[in-house]
Amino acid sequence: MNTIFTTIIALSAIGVISAVLLYIIAQKFRIVEDPRIDEIENVLPKANCGGCGYPGCRNFAEACIKSDNFEIMFCPVGGTSCMSQVAKILGKESAIKEPMVAVIRCNGSRQNRAQKNIYDSAETCRLVHNLFRGESGCQYGCLRLGDCVQSCKFNAMYMDKETGLPVVIEDRCVYCGACVKSCPRKIIELRKKGPRGMRVFVSCINKEKGSVARLNCTAACIACGQCFKICPHNAITIENNLAYISFEKCKLCRKCFSVCPTKAIQEVHFPAKAQKEPLSEIKSS
Amino acid sequence: MNTLSTTTKTKTFPKGGVHPKEFKFSAKNSIESIPLPKNVFVPLTQHLGARAKPVVNPGDKVKVGQLIAEADGFVSANIHSPVSGTVKNIDEVIDQTGYKQRAVIIETEGDEWLADIELSKNIKRDCNLSTQEISDKIFKAGIVGLGGATFPTHVKLKIPPGKKLEHLIINGVECEPFLTSDHRLMLEKGEEIIIGIKILMKVLNTDKAIIGIEVNKPDAINNLSDIASKYPGIEIHPLKVHYPQGGERQLVRAITGKEVPPPPSGLPIDVGCIIINVGTAFAVYEAVQKNKPLVERVVTVTGKSLKKPSNFLVRLGTTISHIISVCGGLPSDTGKIISGGPMMGKALASLDIPVTKGTSGIVIIPENEAKREEVSNCIRCGRCVEYCPLGLEPYLYMTLVERNMIDKAEEVKIHYCCECGCCSYTCPANRPLTDYIRLGKNIVLYNIKKRQTKKDG
Repeated sequence: MNTIFTTIIALSAIGVISAVLLYIIAQKFRIVEDPRIDEIENVLPKANCGGCGYPGCRNFAEACIKSDNFEIMFCPVGGTSCMSQVAKILGKESAIKEPMVAVIRCNGSRQNRAQKNIYDSAETCRLVHNLFRGESGCQYGCLRLGDCVQSCKFNAMYMDKETGLPVVIEDRCVYCGACVKSCPRKIIELRKKGPRGMRVFVSCINKEKGSVARLNCTAACIACGQCFKICPHNAITIENNLAYISFEKCKLCRKCFSVCPTKAIQEVHFPAKAQKEPLSEIKSS
Repeated sequence: MNTLSTTTKTKTFPKGGVHPKEFKFSAKNSIESIPLPKNVFVPLTQHLGARAKPVVNPGDKVKVGQLIAEADGFVSANIHSPVSGTVKNIDEVIDQTGYKQRAVIIETEGDEWLADIELSKNIKRDCNLSTQEISDKIFKAGIVGLGGATFPTHVKLKIPPGKKLEHLIINGVECEPFLTSDHRLMLEKGEEIIIGIKILMKVLNTDKAIIGIEVNKPDAINNLSDIASKYPGIEIHPLKVHYPQGGERQLVRAITGKEVPPPPSGLPIDVGCIIINVGTAFAVYEAVQKNKPLVERVVTVTGKSLKKPSNFLVRLGTTISHIISVCGGLPSDTGKIISGGPMMGKALASLDIPVTKGTSGIVIIPENEAKREEVSNCIRCGRCVEYCPLGLEPYLYMTLVERNMIDKAEEVKIHYCCECGCCSYTCPANRPLTDYIRLGKNIVLYNIKKRQTKKDG
């Protein structure tokens, strides 16, 4: 009997001492966390995509609370609605950003840009980019191996088997910019989505002289300057043998699209019959 | 074979390395000149370091050996016109990587050399120039390491303060399969090479030089030993056939037993060694004794199905298509064309690529051997670790780079790799280890450089 008693007493004593110790330690080393972090994290999409520039949603939530300049904080996935909720929690004004979309600036489909040699090794763009100019003659164009598709966490991209180029599913694109970072050739750009998705852009980044660029790709920008001359809004610049349309200045008149001789300039989501209407009526909102 | 029999044991480096089949088809064919091409494309970056600055304009008449681009900075090299004719343009042409690079395009007219270049074949043995005069001549001739790394020789010859030279090592290893350009040079221009080494010894103020040659070239070893017996201070060390013995780290280890400190800062001079290729020694001889700048080099053109594997003395800037047409045209079963040796060389994306100072060979691979085998998963056999001559872990590097964990790759020293390709060669799962390591290494070296400039500036 004695043994049992001593055992029970000893064990209970250890239990009590440990409990007291644990309590003291818990009090001493307690971390007070801002409860708003949890609140904000609940509002955020929890995709941990890194599109905001922070490693994950929780870090972004912390940064939102600490930040003196809340206007620059923006979650591209949740968008304006999500940010207004975050702003409500913090009692601040939220930034309103226009929706963007990832745009593939290369027209070099299999039809436009013939294969000149065969690459035969690991299928990642960054490896090929590091090794040589790629299977076609264009040293700027898409390598067609899909690093961008791999990097997309929202299944918003796929490789078109026919053209060989990546395609962005615009409804799913949250413009987090992961594909922009993953592309070793810097082909993908985040551009303003535009009213009802309508936008005009130069779908080429070839900086070679026109004659050389055209040898390798029939749809390359040859820097002929026609778009630059015709643009009434000064939205187009030509630098290093390449035209670029500023999406801030573009008023979607589409004059450049109609004059481009190689169809390097692309227009998307314009209604088919809209061409007959006076062009100046379509304005960006 | 008297030299070989006196050497009881041939030296080599202790760890890793492979022995690929040699395929030295062109070893018996002497060095030939080829007809001049109609146009030459002379890239402005044929060396490590800063791009040379062109000093000619379109329309200028140039002669062979005339300076067309001057060194821009300390680590850079002069470039001379390889042909006589008119400068057509300074434009972008594709280089070995397939990316565009600035080059001087010259249209060939006749073959008129500058007057002070001596073209006779007489061997000029005496050199009475001072050390400074010799190194000036080497700099002016635009000589770079002809083994393939193309490091400017005049920079190599300036020993940094605090370092002491103990061994001048001449690299006649030529461990890559297929290539025979150095081998033929050692057979045909033996005395010139030895005089070149003598000149280098004078510049470096040393009285001892060691030529390392693998024992698969007994005729070259015999030829050079016979000649070297007349010149005190030059020794020939036969080495075991062991790839990548031509790499400077492995060669220093094989000959002196010392370990060169790791890159990016470690150089052979840290353990008192300077390594010069035999081709470079020959170029030094021509520059100092004959006033001839580096305008041509020996290029091996070889392949299993090529009609006539040859060693050609080619003017720099000649396109590869021109060279191949001289040796009987491209075989119909060609699958791949490699510039350099098959282990470390680069597959070419086009035939319009010019020969540069670093092009030691062109290897034409038939189609049935050109494709890679199917890649499977790593089975953790550890063969890549076993065969890595530097004692690294290639399987780990590949995984890290695949997953884009570049910081971790730097921690485990991916940038120590010399890209010799032994890991890919031995991998039973055919994994593209070297490809990934090269990518990771490039990123890591770029990051290190960026951090350093940030720190300095």
